[in-house]
Amino acid sequence: MNKQLRNDTALPTHFMTEEQQALADQAGKFFMSEFHHLNAEMDDTDDLPPSVFPKLGEMGYLGLNVPPEFGGAGLDFTSACIITEQLSRSSAAIGLTHVAHDNLCVNNIYRNASDDLRHKYLPGLCDGTLIGALGLTEPGAGSDALGSMRTTAKKDGDDYILNGSKIYITNGPIADLVLVYAKTSPEKGAKGISAFIVETDTPGFKVAQKLNKMGFRGSPTGELVFEDCRVPAKNMVGKLDGGVAVTMSGLDLERAIVCFNAMGIAQRALDISIDYAKTRQQFGKPIASFQMVQAMLADMYTQIEAARSLSLRTAAMCEGLEEGEGGRGEIHKLTAAAIYKAAEATSFVLDKAVQIHGGSGYMRDTEVNRLYRTGRVLEVGAGTQEVRKLIISGELLKN
Amino acid sequence: MTTQSEAIAADLEAIRANYSLTDEQRQIVDHVDRVSREVLHPLQARMDEEEWWPEDLFKQMGELGLLGITAPEELGGSGQDEFTQALVSEVISKWNPAVGLSHGAHDNLCLNNLLRNGSEEQVKKYVPGLCSGELVGALGLTEPGAGSDALGSMATTARRDGDDYVINGSKIYITNGPIADVILLYAKTDKSKGAKGISAFIIETDNPGFKVAQKLDKMGFRGSPTGELVFEDCRVPASAMVGEENTGVSVVMSGLDLERAMVASVCVGMAERALELGLEYAKIREQFGKPIASFQMMQSKLAEIYIEVETARAFGYRALAACTGLPKGAGGRGEIHKLTAAACLYAGEAFNKAVTEACHIHGGSGYMQDTEINRLFRANKLLEIGAGTSEVRKIIIAEELLRA
Repeated sequence: MNKQLRNDTALPTHFMTEEQQALADQAGKFFMSEFHHLNAEMDDTDDLPPSVFPKLGEMGYLGLNVPPEFGGAGLDFTSACIITEQLSRSSAAIGLTHVAHDNLCVNNIYRNASDDLRHKYLPGLCDGTLIGALGLTEPGAGSDALGSMRTTAKKDGDDYILNGSKIYITNGPIADLVLVYAKTSPEKGAKGISAFIVETDTPGFKVAQKLNKMGFRGSPTGELVFEDCRVPAKNMVGKLDGGVAVTMSGLDLERAIVCFNAMGIAQRALDISIDYAKTRQQFGKPIASFQMVQAMLADMYTQIEAARSLSLRTAAMCEGLEEGEGGRGEIHKLTAAAIYKAAEATSFVLDKAVQIHGGSGYMRDTEVNRLYRTGRVLEVGAGTQEVRKLIISGELLKN
Repeated sequence: MTTQSEAIAADLEAIRANYSLTDEQRQIVDHVDRVSREVLHPLQARMDEEEWWPEDLFKQMGELGLLGITAPEELGGSGQDEFTQALVSEVISKWNPAVGLSHGAHDNLCLNNLLRNGSEEQVKKYVPGLCSGELVGALGLTEPGAGSDALGSMATTARRDGDDYVINGSKIYITNGPIADVILLYAKTDKSKGAKGISAFIIETDNPGFKVAQKLDKMGFRGSPTGELVFEDCRVPASAMVGEENTGVSVVMSGLDLERAMVASVCVGMAERALELGLEYAKIREQFGKPIASFQMMQSKLAEIYIEVETARAFGYRALAACTGLPKGAGGRGEIHKLTAAACLYAGEAFNKAVTEACHIHGGSGYMQDTEINRLFRANKLLEIGAGTSEVRKIIIAEELLRA
């Protein structure tokens, strides 16, 4: 646990309040006792235990940034971030499923949807009876998600008819509703995209396959297919052809909060590596007494705290980001930088964690190996490292 | 300044604004930025070529309000906290790294240490002069045989003789050593006690037993005078002792935590300048018929430099905030010891990466000694060596991690 370090309370952005720290401590204890023991089986079966969402809802950990009037916890963004870190520390897979539900789907709906849609869906999403997902990536549209998007939504009376497919969708196989991006005006390119809430019991919606991932197993990932899937026009989130603003602003917040999924994983890897280095004996003494192991631990800590500092600062800057804001300028650049750093740091930390664990770290059923297998996707999801750098250089060179 | 630079400056302004600096801090940063750009930046070339220190520069800095940032106003200082001092260091170092180094040695290592640990009498005697620039300060810890093992291997001794101490030994790599008027010096007062037998003294350099053995010839930060100092039966009154006898180790260690947090800021200022220079060059330089900034491989480098700068800044500021208001004698152990070591370790490596890439963007021109980017590049290695090498920083971190 990273204890708060601050002697001067007049310095407000460095970077956590005592209340936020207390919230993190409490959440950390709860998640460790409730979820940590599920990891081995989740990794084996790649299934999410059905008890997880109701438990999260019951304890008030769903709808973190949604006001209480819609059933949410009404927390600030930084608090949502540090709760995400704690959840991810106890179970990386539940952390991923949670962020896809709570930030990508729920928070996006809260920020962009009409009041009718908010009242209809948010209470269920906040108490754990409804599971949410977000559908952006397609088989042919990864880094070029907007430009190459092929899923279409054609107006037909009071409805839209969706056709196309989405891939690598976290929670896709178990979701009750999916926030889907589709082209309403294909001729307008990225500016012809709209967002819809699709209930997954709608005819024409199908989970084509549940995908078999290397890591984060237990957080179900799927390919979704829409075949003449008829959605009421009132399920559109935001304006017609206004999807790009919803996506980009949502992506900034997603990048900011996913930093903390990474931080939870990295912190856990450091913690168990310290334990291992202290107990593992070679040449007659604990391997922690050797400088080469000490250097690895010190580098791991340094990378984590560096990334955490930037992540916390970025979270502070996302605070109060207005609906529709983001997706450009300072915040766009900073969130991209924070997630780049958090992902890079986590990959570094995980690699060293396995190194410290030696042969045992290579065994699939160890905690460090499960963590190791999560690392790769943090440099790929929510924009690859390359896309993140394109965003940053785009902003740097704009002037 | 070109409009391009102004746009970048506005961008950096926006970043800083989001750290919620106080109005006063912002005014100070703006002032220091302006005078550093106008007065200190143009001195770079000659300082680098000739290892030249402009004779009245400390007095000039005093007049410009750059000295005694943490000293009380009634003693001629600015009455600010260490966070603000670090902001000042950052900005000075950005525009003239060599002056930044000398400024840091004077203002933080010597003056601030004296403020934190000196007697009322010592503070009254030296601080006003240090604030005006009439006096130049330095700190003497490292010795020819005592680098990373500065405390254990320290060979300089201070022997009690009546009302005086008699100091013998030598100190090396001392920033401002050749021009200093007062030196905060560590020496062993009780050799049998090892690191716990060290005391701190304030030495006036017109003492007959003090000598600058040589001015050293550095790769970077040229102009900031660095020297080897020799003490031969150097007799100082007992009242020159800073803190109590044999408690030097706590003065050193607590001072070093702050120093490391400061060094992180120096790195941030210099890395920020490397980013600006890299950006300007990439936009102007044309190859294959277009600016090299239009190529993804250059964009990747620029993005990575930005990431390093902002990470180091966030980490450095967080560590500084943790140091601010640290009580006298605190530090040198625990969370703060680990965090400052890590912030400094990170910032040193981040600057290394940033300046290496920025220099690379400059191609052949970056290899020429008389370009600003090359001066920055040559400044690089010191930040991973001074104030505790990267290895010492890691040892500190590992010790704290493994303590629990």
